[in-house]
Amino acid sequence: MSFLIDSSIMITSQILFFGFGWLFFMRQLFKDYEVRQYVVQVIFSVTFAFSCTMFELIIFEILGVLNSSSRYFHWKLNLCVILLILVFLVPFYIGYFIVSNIRLLHKQRLLFSCLLWLTFMYFFWKLGDPFPILSPKHGILSIEQLISRVGVIGVTLMALLSGFGAVNCPYTYMSYFLRNVTDVDILALERRLLQTMDMIISKKKRMAMTRRTMFQKGEVHNKPSGFWGMIKSITTSAPGSENLNLIQQEVDALEELSRQLFLETADLHATKERIEYSKTFKGKYFNFLGYFFSIYCVWKIFMATINIVFDRVGKTDPVTRGIEITVNYLGIQFDVKFWSQHISFILVGIIIVTSIRGLLITLTKFFYAISSSKSSNVIVLLLAQIMGMYFVSSVLLIRMSMPLEYRTIVTQVLGELQFSFYHRWFDVIFLVSALSSILFLYLAHKQAPEKHMTP
Amino acid sequence: MASLDRVKVLVLGDSGVGKSSLVHLLCQNQVLGNPSWTVGCSVDVRVHDYKEGTPVEKTYYIELWDVGGSVGSASSVKSTRAVFYNSINGIILVHDLTNKKSSQNLYRWSSEALNKDLVPTGVLVTNGEYDQEQFAENQIPLLVIGTKLDQIHETKRHEVLTRTAFLAEDFNAEEINLDCTNPRYLAAGSSNAVKLSRFFDKVIEKRYFLRDSNQIPGLPDRKRFWGGTLKGLHYD
Repeated sequence: MSFLIDSSIMITSQILFFGFGWLFFMRQLFKDYEVRQYVVQVIFSVTFAFSCTMFELIIFEILGVLNSSSRYFHWKLNLCVILLILVFLVPFYIGYFIVSNIRLLHKQRLLFSCLLWLTFMYFFWKLGDPFPILSPKHGILSIEQLISRVGVIGVTLMALLSGFGAVNCPYTYMSYFLRNVTDVDILALERRLLQTMDMIISKKKRMAMTRRTMFQKGEVHNKPSGFWGMIKSITTSAPGSENLNLIQQEVDALEELSRQLFLETADLHATKERIEYSKTFKGKYFNFLGYFFSIYCVWKIFMATINIVFDRVGKTDPVTRGIEITVNYLGIQFDVKFWSQHISFILVGIIIVTSIRGLLITLTKFFYAISSSKSSNVIVLLLAQIMGMYFVSSVLLIRMSMPLEYRTIVTQVLGELQFSFYHRWFDVIFLVSALSSILFLYLAHKQAPEKHMTP
Repeated sequence: MASLDRVKVLVLGDSGVGKSSLVHLLCQNQVLGNPSWTVGCSVDVRVHDYKEGTPVEKTYYIELWDVGGSVGSASSVKSTRAVFYNSINGIILVHDLTNKKSSQNLYRWSSEALNKDLVPTGVLVTNGEYDQEQFAENQIPLLVIGTKLDQIHETKRHEVLTRTAFLAEDFNAEEINLDCTNPRYLAAGSSNAVKLSRFFDKVIEKRYFLRDSNQIPGLPDRKRFWGGTLKGLHYD
């Protein structure tokens, strides 16, 4: 009886998450495009719903909601479904939509998408070899095999994003790094841009006039195409078309210059807006946060290095350690069990919410930057895949932040994975990502101001 | 050659609707072989015979400024784009017939370009909503072009064309629907070519033959604010 009630609660929450994913897709991701293939929207929402359900189950675990056996059942069920989606469904549809875009292969779409999926499975399997993630006693098609590989990919992604985010966040928040941009700089650059456009226009006018006179005289301007075209153009060349080619080359160079100037001007406008923003209260608040985050970032890099150098894996989670410190050193007595449950709930809740929100915002930015009307389907599915893998590995890693008594269910459900390996791998990739982001931002920062500051 | 008079026409629309292909077709009578992302603004020039076939025939240069980007861009990109909206004589609004959102965004595009002169700081105060009054007093000729006509299935054609007719009515403009990869839509003598010619004639007329002191609202404001630095670049 209680099992039925529990299941109905789970299903209701899953439907809620599905609706939220659907809305997010429509309002945010696809707000400039038309949804023509509803399959894509359904897949995205389903992936989102099942990923969120996993987090929900962790919260239920901590709070002790629902019957423990039904929790265990739902864990297993959820995990199976999400693995099915991530390994079978989404890659197949990605292949299908890629193939649909290519006109040549339109007839045998299904065949080629199956081939693509098989290639994906091959590389996915090979991924497990170089890593010491499994003990050989597991069968070939068990959950552990799939989860371990999904975990590797997801943890790499998490560490990359987290390393870059840890460095980028103080860089964008703090106004110390803002270059000094005045209106005069912007005006000067805009003037150069318009002058370049005028030069392009005058050259194009000459070309248009030349083409018109050639057309009226009966000559036709053929661009030399193919091998014989080139040979012919060497021996017999109408002076008109030669002239045109020369001017065309000049125009190409000028157009490249105009693009550069446009991007630099946009950059200056953005910097100016940030300077204005930093003078407001909100800006000052974020500036202060930026200093705080930079200290946090340095601390994390330091801890990652220590973990790798001294080859240690944290045994206790921050909550228990915090409680230990307060009880032992500060001498404050309180009900450990009661407080540890609530504090770990809050901590884990914050981690979950910020990571979901951060991921969705990053995905949206990515999507706007790289998608076009042709490839939007493929890119959304790729993002759904990344999101699913990210959330699965979050569950893997979050285990470390929970007190011992709550870890058991995660260990039980996910099987005997080498959890310590994943934490070590996370630390390594985090370190690499953070250090290379620092290098990258330093180079970008150094290079930009010298180009167009007024001396 | 360069001494012919000129007019400036903006080509606006969402990313990927086919503005670059359209401009290439209009100016070089050839199909664009390798369309790629337009960063910033690309310009092309068309030589147009005003009042062709009549005794007052005169040749003009029509500059087609193809401004890239999307309506939802960051405000810094919008401020940068605003530099191209100086002293425009006509606007061509391009939308994709297969994508309804691109048609809806045309309202925001036209607001962005037309409101440009009214706000000297370059920061848009309106949220881009459709304003009937603004279009009623608008002096700048508009033309609405729908692309990718070949990708609309025969059965849906009627419904799509009705929708675009309403759109063009809202803008008080003519409309042309074509496929940028097929030059025959703009073949000489076809109704599309006639509409295009009429539009360019109207633009030239408004610029050169109906000259009165308050031609484009707000232009004096712009001059005052920038101190004439940018105005000085345009030689008349």
